[in-house]
Amino acid sequence: MPPTGDSAVTHRPPARAAGDDPPVPRRAGPPQPDDPAALKVVPVRHPWRWVGIAVTAVLLAQFAHGLLTNPAWQWGVFARFFTNATILQAVWVTLQLTVYGTALGFVLGLVLALMRLSASPFLRWVAFGYVWAFRSIPLIVQLLFWFNLAYLYKRLDFGIPFGPGFFHFDTMGLVGAMGAAVLGLALHQAAYAAEIVRAGVQAVDAGQLEAAAALGLPRLRRLRRIVLPQAMRSILPNATNEVISLFKGTSIVSVMAIGELFYQVQVIYGRNGQVVPLLMVATAWYILLTTVLSVLQHYVERHYAKGAAR
Amino acid sequence: MSAMVEIRSVHKSFGSAQVLRGIDLEVAAGEVTVVLGPSGSGKSTLLRTINHLEKVDSGWISVDGALVGYRRSGDRLYELREREILKQRTGIGFVFQNFNLFPHLTVLENLVEAPIAVQRRPRKEAEAAARRLLTRVGLTEKADAYPKQLSGGQQQRVAIARALALEPTLLLFDEPTSALDPELVGEVLDVIKDLAHQGTTMIVVTHEIGFAREVADTVVFMDGGRIVEQGPPAQVLDHPRHERTRAFLSKVL
Repeated sequence: MPPTGDSAVTHRPPARAAGDDPPVPRRAGPPQPDDPAALKVVPVRHPWRWVGIAVTAVLLAQFAHGLLTNPAWQWGVFARFFTNATILQAVWVTLQLTVYGTALGFVLGLVLALMRLSASPFLRWVAFGYVWAFRSIPLIVQLLFWFNLAYLYKRLDFGIPFGPGFFHFDTMGLVGAMGAAVLGLALHQAAYAAEIVRAGVQAVDAGQLEAAAALGLPRLRRLRRIVLPQAMRSILPNATNEVISLFKGTSIVSVMAIGELFYQVQVIYGRNGQVVPLLMVATAWYILLTTVLSVLQHYVERHYAKGAAR
Repeated sequence: MSAMVEIRSVHKSFGSAQVLRGIDLEVAAGEVTVVLGPSGSGKSTLLRTINHLEKVDSGWISVDGALVGYRRSGDRLYELREREILKQRTGIGFVFQNFNLFPHLTVLENLVEAPIAVQRRPRKEAEAAARRLLTRVGLTEKADAYPKQLSGGQQQRVAIARALALEPTLLLFDEPTSALDPELVGEVLDVIKDLAHQGTTMIVVTHEIGFAREVADTVVFMDGGRIVEQGPPAQVLDHPRHERTRAFLSKVL
């Protein structure tokens, strides 16, 4: 008769008292072998867990109470602006920045990771240099640089290096504010993505590569079919971190006066002075969309866990 | 004599450690060669040089009449491009000690991956061939299982089937039973014996002396990066000429 957790315990209230103040010494020897199957197993008690739960519950209740009763939160203003057209448009811009930044960043990051893992010292050094440079430059500086590209270089010439040019672009029209923002975010993201992908690829058992090589699989096929699907398991949690961090990091783009969420919220509270409820509008949107990303993460991770367990 | 594998004066070092110190060996077509020796004797490295998983430092190896990993022109050996090396490898099946099945692919997908990608065989045809191979190793019903759902012995039998899927002319086994629980060794050895009786050319690195005695045409004993002695099993196993062979056999028998 297997003991079934709590039900086995609740039938025996004296067991707890015996634990605190044993009337009989417990280590008196092995239990008498009258009927070993009748002995009940009492799981270890965790009284401090209950204390922790109680303290946390009280703190949460206080916080919730404060949110509801403190008029300074101004939930009426919050509700009015949460689905305001300007805000929704700003959420859309934020999402676009995140998607483009992530997509371009991870494509470039994958290429950089493969370069760093390649047999060619030249490619390794180029990728290392890139990662070094773009991890060293603050994102905000880089963004401002792209935004002000036209100030530094008036036009781009294509031609013989140091010689005559064949055709050229004016940089003023080349990189718009949105383009500069996506470029900056993607280049920044690529440096971090490269390291995440590299770590994931290196975590794949070397025997997998050997087996693939012994079967004569071409290099790209090995990567696409054998290495990356297995690397994804360690890449995904870190990559999701990066996406979420980029998603919120898009608020930095507000320095370039792009109408993303954080910028528009600032504009609105600059006009009406309702700082707190509008910051809460932005916060609520960030929380909502991050939650969606976390749920997606769960399902994508489950897909790549194929064959990992029974 | 038509040698399927010809190894001439092969040397290999890892840093300052000399692992192979001049190996000469010939394996005739259809023969089973079993390589014995203490760990660190270089037998696994030798096996890995035969399909160019390791490059040799000097000497050469030919399989089925073609130099492995190089092209000879006059007195120079030019290293082959990766594409050509991969093509050579498809003629050489390799079975690893740790199976190295692809864990995210089913058994059937493990088997058809190389025939489809390398030999460009239609999926239907490759899957039919793969199922025949699974029957041959006694795992017909495991086609859709993932490797982790199988026992070690079953995994190794799948790995053997995967190596056979490219219809290689030579099979290399690197301690195929060393990672297995003792009661699972027999089922894997039975599959290998089967292949031997069908005339597949094989080189098997193993510690299974009984298997060597039963299946090998030639037993090679290696120690310290050299071949100490070789010959029919009856000679090498029962009447070893060298002290080192005798010492090794007395420990493992």
